[in-house]
Parts: sequence; structure tokens; C-alpha cells
Amino acid sequence: MSRFEFSRAELNLEACRARISSPSAGAYVSFEGWVRDHNEGQKVLRLEYEAYEALGVKEGEKIVVEALSRFGAGAALCIHSLGALEIGELAVWVGVSSPHRDEAFAACRYIIDEVKHRVPIWKKEHYVDGDSGWVNCERCAAPENAADG
Amino acid sequence: MANINIEYFAILREHVGRNKEAVQTNAGTAAELFDELSRRYDFPNVGNMKVAINDEFEEWDSKLADGDSVVFIPPVAGG
Repeated sequence: MSRFEFSRAELNLEACRARISSPSAGAYVSFEGWVRDHNEGQKVLRLEYEAYEALGVKEGEKIVVEALSRFGAGAALCIHSLGALEIGELAVWVGVSSPHRDEAFAACRYIIDEVKHRVPIWKKEHYVDGDSGWVNCERCAAPENAADG
Repeated sequence: MANINIEYFAILREHVGRNKEAVQTNAGTAAELFDELSRRYDFPNVGNMKVAINDEFEEWDSKLADGDSVVFIPPVAGG
């Protein structure tokens, strides 16, 4: 079963969690990235995610496999939303299960950090003032926002 | 001349005004193809672009072959 997927539907988090549950797991760590109402000083109304899916699923899968082998975690899954999302909606979900918590925390952190930098996904923000823009493309000099998912 | 299939995403898709196109080109590498299309469409300067050939990340100096699929990848912003 794949370890990285794109989804245009609302995620069933119980079902996601069940896919990585295991009798040998004593720890489960998850990360949810949510759509935030502001970015770099602008009020965000909603956003759209677009992906190069054929390459994205391969690169995402590679990242999850790296995390599992690097930290020795048991199982992991990452699902990234695509399409139009409203404030507060789930943009990305990462789940890791493992015998112990240290490797689960480390693998979860690794997966979300690498996905943000390596998977070909683009985010278009629509602002309250009517403007819109592709994040990291149209304000190249701006530092990448650090706090979001 | 090689026939190359190009797919556009995000800011490039909007700029070019289409998702994909087939081009005939004398470009020998991904970089040469990018330069050719950048001149044709006046691509926006988006910083550090990557390139994929046949759904794999490749170097800009990779050689192109007839029938290849090419995607130019603007800076990503997942999460």
C-alpha cells in the first residue's frame, strides 16, 4: 500500500490512523497542517493546492521510506490535500507509528519538512484584498514562512 | 528535430495559458528547451527552477530524446 498520497476529498483521519496501526507500536505521532488566515502580512481568504502528481507520489513515497529507515520507525503515511481549501481545513496529514516515541517524533518531523521542500506541490493564496499569488514564486525574496504546515 | 511533450503547472500553467503542449525542437538539453520556451512565452522569473524528464527529477544538462515528457518545476510550496 502506498505511503504517500494526494486527496481531493476530506480525509477520514480514523481510517488514515488505522492504516499505520500495529500491535508492535507503542507510540503514534501525527502532524496536521491547516490552512491559516494570514501569510507574510497578508490576510488569506482561501487557497488552492496543485501538484505534479506522477512525480509527487514517487518523491513523497521516497521521503517516507527514508524516514522509516533513517529513524527506524515502524510505519508511516502522508496524505496531502489538493484543490480549493478554506481557512482551517486540513492541508496535509502525516502519521507515524513505532514501538517507541523518539523515532516516531523524529520520522514525523522529517517527513513534513522534506515534503515541503521536495514534493512538487504549489500553493496559490487568495487574499482578502482580492489579490492572489503562488507562494514562493511571486515574492522570491521573501523568506519562507516557518510556522505553518 | 525532436518531439517533446511539455506539461505546465501552477504559475507557468497560468502564464502560458494551457496545461500541456507538444513542441518540435532542436534543443539538445532540458536547459536549452527551457531557454527556447522562456523566450517564446516570456516566463516569469520565479527563482530556482527544477526540471523533470519522464516523471523523474533530472539535471538541466540532461539530453532530450524524441518523445520525452518534460516538466519545469517552479519553487514548491507544499504543507
